[in-house]
Amino acid sequence: MELNGSQMIVEALRAEGVKTVFGYPGGAVLNLYDELYKQKYFEHILTRHEQAAVHAADGYARASGKVGVAIVTSGPGFTNAVTGIATAHTDSIPLVIISGQVAAALIGTDAFQEIDAVGISRPCTKHNFLVKSISELPLILKEAFYIARSGRPGPVHIDIPKDITAEIGQFNYPSEITMKTYKPTIKGNPRQIQKAAQAIRESSQPVFYAGGGVMLSNAVKETRSLVELTGVPLVETLMARGTLAAGDPNLLGMVGMHGSYAANMAVSEADLLIALGARFDDRVTGRLGEFAKHAKIIHIDVDPSSIGKIVEADYPIVGDLKIALGDLYAQLSEKFDKNRLSDWRSRLSNYAAIYPLGYDDEGDAIKPQWVVEEVGKALGSKAVITTDVGQHQMWAAQYYPFDGANRWITSGGLGTMGYGFPAALGAKKARPEATVVNFTGDGSILMNIQELTTASANNIAVINVVLNNNYLGMVRQWQTFFYDNRISHTDLSAQPDFVKLAEAFGAFGARAAKKEEFLEAFNAAIASGKTAILDVAIDRDENVLPMVPTGGALYNMILDYKE
Amino acid sequence: MQTERRVISVVVLNEHGVLSRISGLFAGRGYNIESLTVAPIPSGEYSHISIVTIGSAKVLEQIVKQLHKLIPVLKVIDHEREKTIEKELALAKFPISESLSDIDALCRAYNGKIANVGEDFIVAMVADEPDRVGNFLKAIKKYNPKEIVRSGVVAMER
Repeated sequence: MELNGSQMIVEALRAEGVKTVFGYPGGAVLNLYDELYKQKYFEHILTRHEQAAVHAADGYARASGKVGVAIVTSGPGFTNAVTGIATAHTDSIPLVIISGQVAAALIGTDAFQEIDAVGISRPCTKHNFLVKSISELPLILKEAFYIARSGRPGPVHIDIPKDITAEIGQFNYPSEITMKTYKPTIKGNPRQIQKAAQAIRESSQPVFYAGGGVMLSNAVKETRSLVELTGVPLVETLMARGTLAAGDPNLLGMVGMHGSYAANMAVSEADLLIALGARFDDRVTGRLGEFAKHAKIIHIDVDPSSIGKIVEADYPIVGDLKIALGDLYAQLSEKFDKNRLSDWRSRLSNYAAIYPLGYDDEGDAIKPQWVVEEVGKALGSKAVITTDVGQHQMWAAQYYPFDGANRWITSGGLGTMGYGFPAALGAKKARPEATVVNFTGDGSILMNIQELTTASANNIAVINVVLNNNYLGMVRQWQTFFYDNRISHTDLSAQPDFVKLAEAFGAFGARAAKKEEFLEAFNAAIASGKTAILDVAIDRDENVLPMVPTGGALYNMILDYKE
Repeated sequence: MQTERRVISVVVLNEHGVLSRISGLFAGRGYNIESLTVAPIPSGEYSHISIVTIGSAKVLEQIVKQLHKLIPVLKVIDHEREKTIEKELALAKFPISESLSDIDALCRAYNGKIANVGEDFIVAMVADEPDRVGNFLKAIKKYNPKEIVRSGVVAMER
């Protein structure tokens, strides 16, 4: 059938099953927005900043397991989107970003709102396209969705000149696709899996090290089955929180810079580390030479370049984690003697008992960890939790009782302040039945505060819990620990009135300085049915502990800090 | 860490921006490019890129893996030195006053010839293994070359 470029985009999004897109119009996408006005297949959410549109699409993708879609215009519209795209790229989130470009004949002339968008997005996307002709648009759209969601997922950017969105061409949208040059390996090598199974049988101090790939591959169930079968304890990266339910005796907690004592000691003393969709990020490994130095490494990842990049793998397995874990289970299910691990497990239980996660809750000031625990008690696994980046993010990661996939949404790799609130809006669109809570800080929330309008205008209710310490808290913590307490430009005491601010945007606002005030405000926020900002005054000098200083060995943790 | 020189061939879809993806990968990750040559493969939709790079074994492994990961890359060949033919081209320009017969004899020794003779300059060309091209360039110094242009390596398995 013959369609113009804009109609092709709309039809392709329909064919891909897209229900919600996020975006911000402008000159170069006017034709497309005219077509969006006419269509009835999917909803368009107008954000108030392009960065937020991409973060919202990202939150939508993480909460739904589907591909998120954002549309932005050329020039500044696109450059504003870059932080969102880079965030998704680092965390391997499937997105399709459509940007307008100046008309094809104007490309390269420094035309109004022209930028080399594909040049800019190349290092922060899985792939990108500049559409040069209407005839290639249908296939590019198909390939974009296919590339975004297959193999190691990631954002794909399509830059479309304005004239092509009006040009007419043939539209035959393929239902299936094969690409000559792109064929991700899905099934792990059976011999390698057999060897890995043997290594697990023979080890006496094995540990599972679960990464974000567990979530991306939808392999929570398979991971839990394998842990149950083998009795091998498990540590989680920031991105893998919820792989095992909080309280599961096999769960040692989060590993890495702010990991638990038991998790970090387990990795340090293990004789076999079984990495599941994890990429050995420096925030996890600490000093590399000391990381898991007694352990053989099994590394399962769909991305071959992740294997051996940081740590040499003794048993590399390239493939989709869900399938590989199923194969591994089949190999192990016949005979696995759990009792063999009892010494190891009791040693780890001892570590967990000596230094459990904890905080001093004496005094009047609200402790941030308490706030996270209270929200956890109230909502548990019924909620989707998003965060911004900073101390609050780590407290949420440490103290929230996670359980399962797609319930924990945070910017792990890039560490993007301003991510949480728009991501929460996207998550709420994906999971309207869930209560969505964004743990944020007084620094982070101001980075995309304009999205209160998006929330109000579209009746999207999420609760922003601002853990307010009048500091750029994590940076202040580093200044305190490592820069002799020189608090350079991290004092954020000059603040807006968050309650009035929320109200000005048509949202719910409340302030809490005492525990009972927080509980009251939290319940009122839920009852309001609106997006909310809860400004919670927390203990100003609270630190995130334990902490492994940058470049330190995982087993050398700061467990307690007194000035 | 010990570094080594390696020739890597990459077969890529012949589409716009693909060279930029390859060079951007090297630039963005801090890998070295010693030389890079690219040309379309006749009668096809692909181009052949020959890259000479230097790095540790770990870096070289990553280069190959990261190249594989690029969507338009069909094939990456990590050449073993003894199984590979490498050739490189060099052009050199000399004043016409230099000894034409000496230069011609030198060129012939390096798979080359005098490519052009003009009023003021002669241009010589050689096509040989990279080491030998290097030797040629050393040998011609005494003939006062005014300009030298050296291509990157092209490589093929034996």
